[in-house]
Amino acid sequence: MTRRYSAFSLFKEGLAGQTGWEPAWRSPSPRKSYDAIIIGGGGHGLATAYYLAKTHGVTNVAVLEKGWIGGGNTGRNTTVVRSNYYYPESVALYGLAHRLYEGLGQDLNYNVMLSQRGMISLCHSAIEMEIAARTVNAMQISGIDAELYSVDDVRRVAPIYNFSAQARYPVFGGVWQGRAGTARHDAVAWGYARAASGLGVDIIQNCEVTDFIIADGRCRGVVTTRGEMRAERIGMAVAGHSSVLAAKAGFHLPINSYALQACVSEPVKPILDTVVLSPGTGVYVSQSDKGEMVIGGALDRIPSYGQRGNLPTLEGVISGLLEMFPAFGQLKLMRQWAGIVDVVPDSSPIIGESPLPGLFLNCGWGTGGFKAIPAGGTLLAHLLATGKHNDISRPFDLDRFVTGRLIDEAAGSGIAH
Amino acid sequence: MQIFTCPFCGPRDESEFHFGGEAGNTRPDGADVPAERWARYLYMRANPKGATSEVWVHMTCGEFFIMERDSVGHKVAASHPLGGAEKSE
Ligand SMILES: Cc1cc2nc3c(=O)[nH]c(=O)nc-3n(C[C@H](O)[C@H](O)[C@H](O)COP(=O)(O)OP(=O)(O)OC[C@H]3O[C@@H](n4cnc5c(N)ncnc54)[C@H](O)[C@@H]3O)c2cc1C
Ligand SMILES: [Zn+2]
Repeated sequence: MTRRYSAFSLFKEGLAGQTGWEPAWRSPSPRKSYDAIIIGGGGHGLATAYYLAKTHGVTNVAVLEKGWIGGGNTGRNTTVVRSNYYYPESVALYGLAHRLYEGLGQDLNYNVMLSQRGMISLCHSAIEMEIAARTVNAMQISGIDAELYSVDDVRRVAPIYNFSAQARYPVFGGVWQGRAGTARHDAVAWGYARAASGLGVDIIQNCEVTDFIIADGRCRGVVTTRGEMRAERIGMAVAGHSSVLAAKAGFHLPINSYALQACVSEPVKPILDTVVLSPGTGVYVSQSDKGEMVIGGALDRIPSYGQRGNLPTLEGVISGLLEMFPAFGQLKLMRQWAGIVDVVPDSSPIIGESPLPGLFLNCGWGTGGFKAIPAGGTLLAHLLATGKHNDISRPFDLDRFVTGRLIDEAAGSGIAH
Repeated sequence: MQIFTCPFCGPRDESEFHFGGEAGNTRPDGADVPAERWARYLYMRANPKGATSEVWVHMTCGEFFIMERDSVGHKVAASHPLGGAEKSE
């Protein structure tokens, strides 16, 4: 059987007629009890299981996923990875994720296709340029590779942008991060699943958690569509469905669920080799390795669990895109979809023990948690293994909504994703 | 485009409306409200999947009202004025 992926194993399997490949992860039947249970088989849940096994040696672990792994927001996102945040707490968090992403393909022995093609967030006025200079300074002080770009710099990295004198949102410059880019979303989910499974973690799909087993004021297990399972430490990473499970556990979260849409064009030859975001239109776009334009924008305006998205937001995104890149008017749209994202008032995640002891949270990533998957997994694994915060997760505890120490990234660094 | 009904103007495009929060979330009163209670009022939400009762504002006429709807299928069950009883006095 061939387990490790390498040029040599590819060659060997080529000679053997591709008959020796193992399934990437096992599909065991659920057991009655585990040392730790993780609810949600998105990137954050799978990464948590991997780091629990790898860093903390806790391998008697199950990941329970109601559908198929990566079928939530992880498999629906526009895959932008960056770490140019404003507050030091955020830089510590997203910086950790970014560094881990840079070594992830090697670490997991799975090509996550990280492409550090750079990202430009545009400025559309002289005033925005002043704010950008301040933001870039703050980021550089925190050690992030942010740079202030002039309009000529922007012309160099995105020559097909609309620089005409009649542009509704003229370009004055922008904030550039050279290490930013994209990664393959499915590969991140599958790579973590395969590596975790290899270390002994049970990945159980089609298994919905419907309730919690609570005794003596502690969470002691879960009730699922495939039976009851017990564990003294339970983590949940269910994104837009966090409030639904919180209600079962008897508490509320500072979360509203919204649909976030994305769409892709037909594939074309390479024309755009960076990620471009325009705060004026609220639209960002990159070109996938297949050649499709991957297009994202703002949240829908109606709180929703309907994984479809409404038309007015999509129309706004497409008209914004055509304002940014008039040439794209020739493209056909291939697919549109939405994911249900967990929006928190300060646009920062919630990581920590929940009001129900024994149940730990990893949620609130909203529109921008793909880039954070390696860090979210590391930090929830640390909580599950030790019962305590890591210095990086401490500021993101739920208690910040009582103490008032919010980490308002929407105000600090603008749009998410 | 979905059509919502303003109790004052009748059926209008969804883009004329703005979500204003969950209905029944009343502001705590008094000088010694504990921080936990403020946090509940300001931030904590039921965020239900299914039937919801919410405050909306119709931005074109400026009126706030209650809309009962389904957060999965988006079907609207009813919309009625906020504090309708006081209003009719
Ligand atoms: C259109 C769109 C574009 C985005 N673009 C970006 C981007 O460019 N960059 C970026 O960084 N982020 C982006 N995001 C956000 C990012 O996708 C998410 O923050 C991230 O994927 C969240 O990962 P997760 O593992 O927490 O959640 P998910 O991947 O949603 O995983 C949660 C899983 O939990 C499962 N689940 C739910 N309830 C239960 C239950 N009761 N029992 C068992 N399982 C359950 C779900 O089925 C799901 O698979 C985007 C999101 C969307 C929707
Ligand atoms: Zn009206």
